[in-house]
Amino acid sequence: MTDLALTGEERAMLDGGRGPGTAMAMRMVVALAGVLGAERLIPITGAHIDSCLYHGQAGLDFAQRLAGLGAAVAVPTTLNVSSLDLMHPGLVRLPPADAVPARALMDAYRALGARATWTCAPYQLAQRPALGEDIAWAESNAIVFANSVLGARTERYGDFIDICAAITGRVPHAGLHLPEHRVPTLELDCSALPAALLAEEAVWAALGDVVGRRSGTGIPLLTGIDPAVADEDRLKALGATAASSGGVALFHVAGVTPEAAAAAGDPVWSALPAAAVTTGMLRAARDELSTAGPSAPLDAVALGTPHFSVREFGKLAAALEGRPAFHPGCTVWINTSREVLAQAREAGLVQPAEERGARIVVDTCTYITPILGPEERTVMTPSGKWAWYAPMNLGVDVVFGTLSECLDSACAGKVVRDDGQWN
Amino acid sequence: MTDSGTEGGPADFAGRTLCPGGGSGALLVLSEPLSFWGGTDRKTGLIIDAHHPQHGGSLAGRVLVMDASRGSSSSSSVLAEQIRAGVGPAAVLLTARDAIVALGALAAAELYGTHVPVVLLDAGASSRLGRRNGVTATVRAGADGRAGVVLDQAPAAGLPPRSREPA
Repeated sequence: MTDLALTGEERAMLDGGRGPGTAMAMRMVVALAGVLGAERLIPITGAHIDSCLYHGQAGLDFAQRLAGLGAAVAVPTTLNVSSLDLMHPGLVRLPPADAVPARALMDAYRALGARATWTCAPYQLAQRPALGEDIAWAESNAIVFANSVLGARTERYGDFIDICAAITGRVPHAGLHLPEHRVPTLELDCSALPAALLAEEAVWAALGDVVGRRSGTGIPLLTGIDPAVADEDRLKALGATAASSGGVALFHVAGVTPEAAAAAGDPVWSALPAAAVTTGMLRAARDELSTAGPSAPLDAVALGTPHFSVREFGKLAAALEGRPAFHPGCTVWINTSREVLAQAREAGLVQPAEERGARIVVDTCTYITPILGPEERTVMTPSGKWAWYAPMNLGVDVVFGTLSECLDSACAGKVVRDDGQWN
Repeated sequence: MTDSGTEGGPADFAGRTLCPGGGSGALLVLSEPLSFWGGTDRKTGLIIDAHHPQHGGSLAGRVLVMDASRGSSSSSSVLAEQIRAGVGPAAVLLTARDAIVALGALAAAELYGTHVPVVLLDAGASSRLGRRNGVTATVRAGADGRAGVVLDQAPAAGLPPRSREPA
């Protein structure tokens, strides 16, 4: 059904010469190549697996079948968040009918040789892909970060195919692996946004909401942003939200991201359909990302979606100086990875939040598995992705605001707005 | 191609196989894109996305007609789980090469031997099928890449008597 050319080694994998588990994985990769119309496969240097999050028996059957057939990953492979926090047992309120297979799923992926990183932000780990590397990453925020900020090349991989790519070390030569599919399709002019406004991660998340809605699955080029205000945490917030409100898997920022720098002077990049982004559009995005009104009583604050970085723990510690303990009726949740938590704790950056009552979640995330208590009904967050998904997943009301708005609110026990941060 | 071997197929649509298999059921034409993850219940196959116009409908045993899925790649797992549990669609007809839908069907075929066909149609065929919501359709998707859809009723007045689509 497709004219797919395989190398001798790829043919041996498909025909069972590298074991039945590898053959099963190769059948999936070859089938995907047919779906995408690819003519050949290409090697990858690494993989990030999202299939380790439990969505039912089929996902567990798939991983256990591969492991039972003796498959193992052929490239360095990291694991996305799971449904459980293994470092803080009892935190996740999953019923045993789901918790037991969710744990078995985690064990199956470790048996396949993947690293127990359990994070949605593998780009915050010490080892990460470089410019131009072909990789197979799943998880939408990781995909958009790898493509945009690191300049590595990954399609929008997801369940089943992520692990099959890791086992075979191959993906179809298609989509965002091809340079011609990485060229921007529209320009979003951000020169009207004051640099002071862009000092808050949440403002970048609001920008991401606008970018996602404007771009759909296209590739936006953001222009007019002072490179000095763009850091990885802010680009993370932008990408994660743009991948939620739209299907953005790659964006470019002029003067900031590597492929934009390499394309400087390319006429195609300066002749795109353009639209302007205004401060008013960011305020509108802020309001659209909120389902509860100002001054609502607040039950919780959710930070670290995607997972908090060491630098974000540092920013939080600095922001907490001079602030009192959090209100006893408002729980501050911070999601991060084990690896980042260990580094941040070593640097003394976690303790200021913990001393004020914050609770740390690792291995998983507060919007994908039941962690919040039934009394936690209104939640504030600077994360556009949390604001986008939590009302649907958890049935909570959400208020979207900057980190300092969130901290003011957590101390007061009710929503406190600072409109000065949004002008 | 045409499905000359099928009985009384006045409305006969050809497409391209994304996942081989066969199935039949009543057409369920989605009027908006749907994310299987978050938008459908993995245990029942019901559409639970409150914002979706077909909220409350069931995917179980239906021939789904949609342009493409939307949102999370976790949708592949949810679709495979619905097929495993017997509450998934009988076939899926798309107008885009949607890897998320295809991988869910491919994984279920690999694990359980249940071959739910996924077929790529051109926009014209999809649009004509889109007016036949509820009509029973039989879908055959061959491993050679050729796929066909046969409806069990005569087409409505005003439609061409027989559609011929490039295979």
